[in-house]
This record gives sequence, C-alpha cells and structure tokens, in this order.
Amino acid sequence: MRSSFGVTSTMAEESPLLLSLVEEFVSGQQDSKAKEAAKGVKDGQFTMLQLVEALGGSLTSSQPHTRARGVQLLSDVLQENYADLTEREVEVLIAFYENRLKDHHVVTPPVLRGLQALTKCTALPPGSAVSMLRSVFQDVHVQSLMLTERGCVYNMLINLMETREAELKGLGADFVFGFVQSMDGERDPRNLLLAFQIANNIILGGYSLGKFTEELFEVTSCYFPIDFTPPPNDPHGITKEELILALRTVLTGTPSFAEFLLPLIIEKMDSDIQSAKLDSLQTLAACGSKYDHRDLAEFLQGLWTSLRREVFQTSSEKIESAALTALTALTSCLSRSVVNSDSEDTLITLLDLVLTDCKHHLCEPDLKLVWPSAKLLQAACSASNRASHIITAAVMPSLIEQYNSRTQCSHRRTLLEVVQRFIKSVKTNTSSDTDESVLSAYRAALCSMVFSALSESNSSLQITATTVLTSLIQHKGLLLDSDVGLAVDHLTRLLLTEEDESVSSAVVECAGALAELHPAALITKLIPKLKEEMFSDPRENSEMNSHHAMRQRCLSALAAVSLQPSVVFESTPVLLQVLSSAHTDGARFSVDEVVLACRSLQRIAEQVQDTEETGRCFHDNIIPRLLSLALQAALQNEGSSGHRSPLTEEVFLSALVPVISTSCSRLQPKLAGQTAARAVSLFLDGDVSFLPDNSFPSHIQLLTKQQEESWSRSQLVCLLMACVCSLPRSVEVPQMERLLFQLEELSCSCSHLLSYTSAAKCFAGLINKRPLGNSLDDLIQTTMKRVCSELGCTSSPVRIQAFTLMTWVAKALLLRYHPLFSLLTDKLFSLLDDPDLGPMAADSFSLLMSDSADVLNRGCHADVRIMYRQRFFSENSAKLVQGFNAAPQEKKSNYLKALSNIVNELPKQVQVSELPALLSLILEALTCPDQSVQLSTLSCLEPVLMNPPQVLIQQLEALVSRLLALLCSPAMKIRIASVRCIHALSQFPVHEVLPFRARVLRALAQALDDKKRLVRREAVHARGAWFLLGSPGGR
Amino acid sequence: MSRGVQMENANPVIFQRCRDRPLTASEEDEDVHDLIDDREIFDLIRSINDPEHPLSLEELNVVEQVRVKVNDAESTVGVEFTPTIPHCSMATLIGLSIKVKLLRSLPDRFKIDVHITPGTHASEEAVNKQLADKERVAAALENSSLLEVVNQCLSSRNI
Repeated sequence: MRSSFGVTSTMAEESPLLLSLVEEFVSGQQDSKAKEAAKGVKDGQFTMLQLVEALGGSLTSSQPHTRARGVQLLSDVLQENYADLTEREVEVLIAFYENRLKDHHVVTPPVLRGLQALTKCTALPPGSAVSMLRSVFQDVHVQSLMLTERGCVYNMLINLMETREAELKGLGADFVFGFVQSMDGERDPRNLLLAFQIANNIILGGYSLGKFTEELFEVTSCYFPIDFTPPPNDPHGITKEELILALRTVLTGTPSFAEFLLPLIIEKMDSDIQSAKLDSLQTLAACGSKYDHRDLAEFLQGLWTSLRREVFQTSSEKIESAALTALTALTSCLSRSVVNSDSEDTLITLLDLVLTDCKHHLCEPDLKLVWPSAKLLQAACSASNRASHIITAAVMPSLIEQYNSRTQCSHRRTLLEVVQRFIKSVKTNTSSDTDESVLSAYRAALCSMVFSALSESNSSLQITATTVLTSLIQHKGLLLDSDVGLAVDHLTRLLLTEEDESVSSAVVECAGALAELHPAALITKLIPKLKEEMFSDPRENSEMNSHHAMRQRCLSALAAVSLQPSVVFESTPVLLQVLSSAHTDGARFSVDEVVLACRSLQRIAEQVQDTEETGRCFHDNIIPRLLSLALQAALQNEGSSGHRSPLTEEVFLSALVPVISTSCSRLQPKLAGQTAARAVSLFLDGDVSFLPDNSFPSHIQLLTKQQEESWSRSQLVCLLMACVCSLPRSVEVPQMERLLFQLEELSCSCSHLLSYTSAAKCFAGLINKRPLGNSLDDLIQTTMKRVCSELGCTSSPVRIQAFTLMTWVAKALLLRYHPLFSLLTDKLFSLLDDPDLGPMAADSFSLLMSDSADVLNRGCHADVRIMYRQRFFSENSAKLVQGFNAAPQEKKSNYLKALSNIVNELPKQVQVSELPALLSLILEALTCPDQSVQLSTLSCLEPVLMNPPQVLIQQLEALVSRLLALLCSPAMKIRIASVRCIHALSQFPVHEVLPFRARVLRALAQALDDKKRLVRREAVHARGAWFLLGSPGGR
Repeated sequence: MSRGVQMENANPVIFQRCRDRPLTASEEDEDVHDLIDDREIFDLIRSINDPEHPLSLEELNVVEQVRVKVNDAESTVGVEFTPTIPHCSMATLIGLSIKVKLLRSLPDRFKIDVHITPGTHASEEAVNKQLADKERVAAALENSSLLEVVNQCLSSRNI
C-alpha cells in the first residue's frame, strides 16, 4: 500500500497528532477519533497519504480485529472526504479495498463502507465500477452480512447506476445476475426499498436482463403481496403502502414480466386476505399502462373469471371498485393496441367474455346480479371509444326494449338507472368531432324513454328520469333543439304541479344542468311560464297551500338556473318584482315567500359567473332597487299605522343583508367604491338621488337619533352594514370618521335590538379593516371609555347596548390580532361575575369564536388571521381556569359556559391536545346543573371521544359515571347527547372499557324504555356497540 | 360462509329499501310519550346483514314491516320472517340474529316471539320450536362460533 502512492510518499512526514489519533482509534477503541481524523483531512492538517502511512501498522497487523479497526478508520475518513480524492488515489484505494474483500470476514464490513464512499467519487477511473462490482459479487455473500452492510452494497449499486450506467451495462446480464444473488432472501424493509429501487432502475434503464428475466422476477415477486406491519414507534417510518408501491413499480415495469406476473395475480386474487386481493387488483390495473394485447391475450379468460367473481360475490366496496378499475385498465390497454390483420382482435375477445357473462343479467332487473353485471359492463364501456361502441351496441337496444315492455315501476326504475350509468360511462371521442357520438343512434329512443318516465306518477321513477336527462344534456351535441324544448316543457310542468319535495329538488337540479348549456331555451320558455304562474292568484282558499309550495319551487328553480349572465338578466327582474309586489300589496306574497325570493337572489349573487356585465347589473339595478324597496317600506310603515309592509319584517331584512353583502363583496373595485359612496351618502346625508322610483322626501334622516317609534327606519342600518362592510379592503369608504361616530352613537343609544346590534356590527366591520395606527388606537380607546362608563353604571338603560358594542368590537380586534384586544378581553372576563350581564358575557364567547354569517368573515374581505381561535384560547384559558376557581359558587356556571363555548369552536386537533389541562373543568361542567352547560360540554366532548387522548382514558371512571348520570336528565337533547358519548366510549381500546361493560349495558337498558323515540334509537345503537365489545366476532 | 363454496342462492331477488322514518314534530316534543310501534321494531331488524350476501334482510325481503306486530301496552312483539328459498339452511341463524337483536334493543318487559312466515320453509316447525325455546337460544349463544356469526350479522357493515 505504502509504495503504491509512489512519488508523493517521500513528501509525507509523520505527524504526531495523527499517530495518536490512529492509536486511540485502533487500540483505544475511541470511535470519536474518526471524526477528528476526518476533520483533520478536510482542514488540510494532514493528507490521505499521511493517514494511510500512519495506519500502516494496524493494516498489516496479524490480528484480524486490528486490521478491521484500521480499515474502519480509513473508511470513516473516506466517508467525509471522498470528494477531494484524485483519480490516482481512488485507483489505489479501490485496489486496496478489493484486495481486502478476500481478508477475514470481520474486515469485510468496514471495507464495504469504504467502497461505498468511493462509489460516490466523481474521479472514479474508467473500469473501476465494473471491477468493484465483480469483486463484491465474487467475494461477498451479501445475505450473510448484517443489515447495514447489506444496505452498503445496495447503495453502492445505486450510486454506480447513477454515474456509471454505460460501464455497468457493459457487464451485460452478469450485472443483473449479481444483483439477483445479492438480494435473494433480503428481509429488512429498509433494504427492500433500496433493492426495489435498483430493480426498478434495471428495468427502466434498459439493462439487459438476458436469460435472467425470470430470476429477477422471482427474486422480487416473492414479496408479493406485501405483508408488513411496521413495529410500534417505528423510527424509520417505512409504511406498508410505501413498500407496496415500490414493488408494484418493479413488477409492472416491463411487459417481459407479463407471462410470470399475470398467473401470480390470478392466484393471489383468490386469496382470503382482503389486502392481498386489493393489492393484486391494483397491480393488475397498473399493468394496463405498460402492456399490450400480446402480453395479455392468453390470460384474458383467467383474469376475467377472477374479476367477475370479485364483483359478483364481493362483500367490500373497496375490492369491487378496484376490480372495476382493473377491468377498465385492461380494456383500455387492449383498445390501445394496434391490431395486425393476421392476429385476432383481443379487445373483442375480452368484451365477448364480459358480454356473455353479464348481458343476460340486465334482463332480470329485480335480481341481485343486475347491478354487478351493469357495473362490469360500464367499467369496460368507459375504457375507450371503441369499447363504448361495442358495449352500447350490445346492451342499449335490449335495455330500451325491456323498459318499454316492463310494467312494474321498480323494474323500470332499475332499468333507467342502469341506462343512466351507461350514458355516463360512454367515452366520447374527443380527438375527432366528425365522429358520430356513440349514443346518437339511440337519441330518439332514450329521449322518449325519459319523457315517458317523467310523465309517470311514481316519484322515484321521475327522479331517476331527471338524472338520465341530466346525463344526456351533458353529452354535448347529442340532444336536438326540439329535444331540449320538450325537456324544458316537462321540467316546467313538474315544477308547477309536482308536490313531492324530492322530485321537485331533482327537477330543479336538472334545470340547473340544462341552464349551463342551453340558456336560450330557459329564457324563452321556462322563466316566462314560472313568472306567469307565480303571479297568478290562487283560485280558492283551499289551494293556498299548494300555491305557496309551487311558488317556493319556482323561486328556487329561478336561482338554480341563473348561472349565465343572459339568464340572470331575465330571472332577477322576476325576483325583484316579487319583492315589490309584496310591498305594494301585502296580501299578495307571504313573508316566507319574500324571504325565499331573497335567498334566491343571494344564491344568484354567489354563483353567477363573475363578469363585468353581471357586476353592472347588480350595481346599477339590483342593489339600488333593493335599498329603495326597503326604504319605501320603512317610510310607509311610519306614515300609516294600519298597513304594514312585509318588507319591514326583521326576517326579510336579515335575508336581504346577505344578498347585498355577497354582491358587494364580488363587485369590481371601481363599482364597489361607487356603491360604498352612494350608501354612505344615503345614510349620512339622506341623498336618495340614485334610488329608482324616487318619490322620497328630500332629507331623510336614517342614522341620527330619532323618536322611539322610528325603529323601522333605524333598523335599515343593517343594509348600510351589508354595503360597506363587505367591500374589498382596497376600497376606501368615504366620510369614515363621521360614519363611525354616528354608528357608535346609534349603537349606544337606540333601544331597538336589530338597530343597535346592526350598528355595532357595522362599526366593528369597519374597525376591522382600518389601518393600524394612532387614529385607530384613539378611536378604540374613546369607544371603550364610553362603553366602560355605561357598563359601570348598573342603572344605565343602555348597559346591554354598550355590552353588545363591546363584544362586536372585541371580535373585530381579535380577528386581526390587534394589540388592544386584551383590554377588551379583560373587561369581558370581569363581566362573568356581573349579576345581570354574567350569562350574556358567557354567551358572548361563542360569538367571539364562531364565524359570523353576515359580517367579519373572509367572504366580506375582513382581516381574519389564521388560527385566531387557537391564539385566543392559549392566551386566555389559564385566566378562565383561575377565574373559575376564584368565583363564588353561584357564578361558576358562567365560567363553565364560557369555557364550553370556547372549546366547542376550537379545531379538533387543538381540542384533543388542550383537553388534558381542562379535563377536570370539563368533568365539573358535566355535573353543573345548568342544562345548556351540560349540553354544550357533551357536544364538545363527543368528537374528542372519537379519538381519545391518553389522559381521558385515565379518567374513564369519572367520565363514565358522569355520563351515565346524565341518562336520567329531564332534557331529551341531553339524554341523546350523553348516549352518543357513551356510544363513542365503546370504541376506546377494548381492555380499557371492558370493565365497564356490564354497568353500561345495565344503564342503557333503562334508556331503551325512554319515552322519546329519538333517545331509544341512540340507545339501541350504543347498546349494540357495547354488546359487541369483547364478544366473538365483535370487537 | 366460506369463499369458494357455492352459495345456495347466488342471484336472489332484491327489494328496495324503504326510506328513513321522517322526523315528526311530536318526536321532538319533550312532553309527548312516543309509543313503540311496528315501524320502530322494523327499523331495528331491517338492517341486519344476511349471513350469506352483502345485503340486508330488508333488501332480500326476509323481513317486512307488515310482518311485524308490536303492542307496547301489553309488552309483546311478534316478528315473522321469510327465508328466500324454502330449503334455506340459514333460516335458524337468521331467526336467531333477529331474536338477539331484539333482546339487545328492547326493554326487558317485552315478550319476543320470532317465527317463520307460515308455509315458507320446509322445516318451519323445527326452526320455530328452536327459536321459541329460551334454553336453546341461551345455549346457542354460549357457542362462540355461533355467537361470532350472529355478531357479524348485527355489526354495521364497515368495509
């Protein structure tokens, strides 16, 4: 070794430090010295050569263990320093290491580690890769090595395949043979992943398999199907799934494995183990993309028999759907292959098999096998355009004929459903438009089938027919205009006359699908007809109910079809007309109908395609009309005492708010700015110039303090909120200071609930979007001063108002992490002890933590930071616990209620992780006499029980006895919730809950005789689950 | 049922499941006492799994609501079940499953009678006798392999 370094060796001088390092490592067995030596070489303190010279004695020692130790030091240093070696040095080292492979077996592990480091060298001399591998394959029996050394060999192969592919290919099939021998018998999952990677490289890299194809297959396929359960607390994190996928890539990687793999799959599909079955089916599906018809031909019969059995006799949906996917993959593989004139068309062969076994079952629509057969046929049908043609031509005529000849509704419905699935699974040829659609030959027959079913009186038949129609519509270019026209006529008729709710909702859905592709037909036929019928008067009083239901269906249909702008321009005027005629003649439309009209407008605002023209439509037309109607109603209400417009009702305004806020939040910035400016000037200055039907007095005052009876005017502030709080943050709201002042004034002085709450919400919504800074801080401080002074005075008539304002402002600040938020929280916490406001304060935590529907949410572009709930919880839970412990007995329930309000809204992971700290409080809350505390605690406990943390299991005794006690609660909801929790307990680790089995079963027996059916139902489920605990065949 | 063994009836007639019982206002009213009625009993047994097919007894029409009779005041329940074929070897097992389900789901006070719809099974009398005999039912449930099959029929299907 020494002489091989040649000339350079004369330059080397012995370094005493190095000698001592070597000494301490080799004789002193101090492993840490290897690190130091490696660092020394890296820093240039000494060279590789000097190290080798210093090692001289140990490497030539007569003791194998000393030699091994010496080699180990060299290898350890190489691990860190392989990058800086010269080609010459590498050559010498390789020669040395190759030679050492023949040494005593204790020397082999460090040698392999050294070689592995050298395979990473960029300066690997030509030919060395081959020579290294030859030596390893020749001198080492890989499977007698330890785990890490085997890994070394695999890593060597991986490294060399990456950089020296051409050289290794020069080895020819010997390389594959060497690898096969090395991995034969490997058992460790970590090494298997490496070995599978190498096998995959061999296949994908195009290495010559020569006569070793079968050997390579054997040595990998013996692991199929993978059966591996990682040990608990496995630090390597290797999953069964990972192994399965790695092996599957190898097995399905090349068609040359087909003749071996397919029989294996057929065999394993028959396994009793579900996961083996599933793996086989998924592997078969993966073959589809690599194989062609020649690989599959001789196995088709066998594969089909297995697939059919899995679908016909399946007990698991997973297996069934995997089998169907595999059939689709096979069919599409066969469809892809180019057929020679002399070979038979294997696609036909397979489809013949499928049709022979399945087609006749379609003629027995009441027997079990109709569905599995249909699914198999559809799986094949969906694979390709050709397959679709063949299958449809074979089954469609007979399905249609049967439908026409059968008379029983249930048979016809099954046939329709089967047809519907065929329509969905048909593959249309996307490449060429000239190609006739697969279904066009059956268009007329299918349409008449659907229309006849729609005319039946059986509701489930009608519903199925609408889904068939929807599928037909979705086949672009299939239906003629006349078909669409007829379809619209049928849908209109059903909307107007069909009372069954499930039918009408199916019809509405179908109309929505139609609207996407054929808006013109709806505009000319459906909308005018619906309008005419909605505005007609019911002929007699007895028809009132059905008339109302008809209007309901029409209103929701109008919303469902309004997807495209052209439809929206026609449908929204109808809805607005409903509102205005309700205003002019209160008897014409009920409040319910008015609210539904608002819901429909809201849905349209949410779903309509976002275009310039729809934005204009909302901005120019809809929003001003809505504001104008609401204002007219309010003024009219004040004027005349007798007639009260339904548009002054709170339910109407609450339904109107989301219409306006949704449409404002979706406006383009320019239009949004204009809307804001108009709304502000309307509310602050009484500027009514932009409202249509303008007959308003010139100076209406909407926000300033008015007499008590003017609530119908002041409550309109909720509409101001809808306009200005939902705008994008980039849009400036004009006259902000004045606006905020007026809102605070209204919210702290008005006595009308909706008015002061809306003013507070509007104030909060604006505060949330204001930029940080002194002006915002000052504003908050001033408002808080006012609020605190009102709250401090127990006789103040507006304490509740001040409290409401504070809660909403607190929410606005919490969402954006404003630093002044803690000021408000402290106040809120202190109010939990307040004799009057205590319960309200407890409830306000639910408001803080939950999403608000109409303001301060992301839809309104509010400033909402992620995880604000967690943050609030982690900052305040300790305060809450402290407050609870310090509070007098009669106030404790407020704290518990506040706590359950907070915990209820936390994400589940947080609940589970925070539960330990709060468990004692939660157990306490279960015994708290306040029913609302019990209920909300149970409702936050139930999801946690689904995945119980350890600490809960330790408190099982306390938990079980408290839950069982609640079974006797007078409130039905609490009994139900506690039974559900007890049910959840049955899924705990068996050995933990088994001791409670007898006691729980006894307690639940009482609940079986509960006077309420809903309680009994839950008790039956829970008791059934507890019976299965520890019982054979159970859990 | 072990795989590979030919089923007695591989392609049975399938019946439609009825819809879930609609929730009524009186059921949500705290003060109303809901009596146990035929439909409630039928809901208990209709979702029992068939031992052979991945289908419920309702889908195979083995149980029907018209064949369930309950009298809450007198605490009696009578259920007739109809095997899919007259020589069905599973009849006793199905009857036992129904019986066990009712025993676990009804208050103690009920007297439960489960028997085969007259004229629908070859060994009707023998099966009925077994199901009516308390001792024999109890003994059957001591047999752990039998209990295992019953429990599987009563487990909610979760695959």
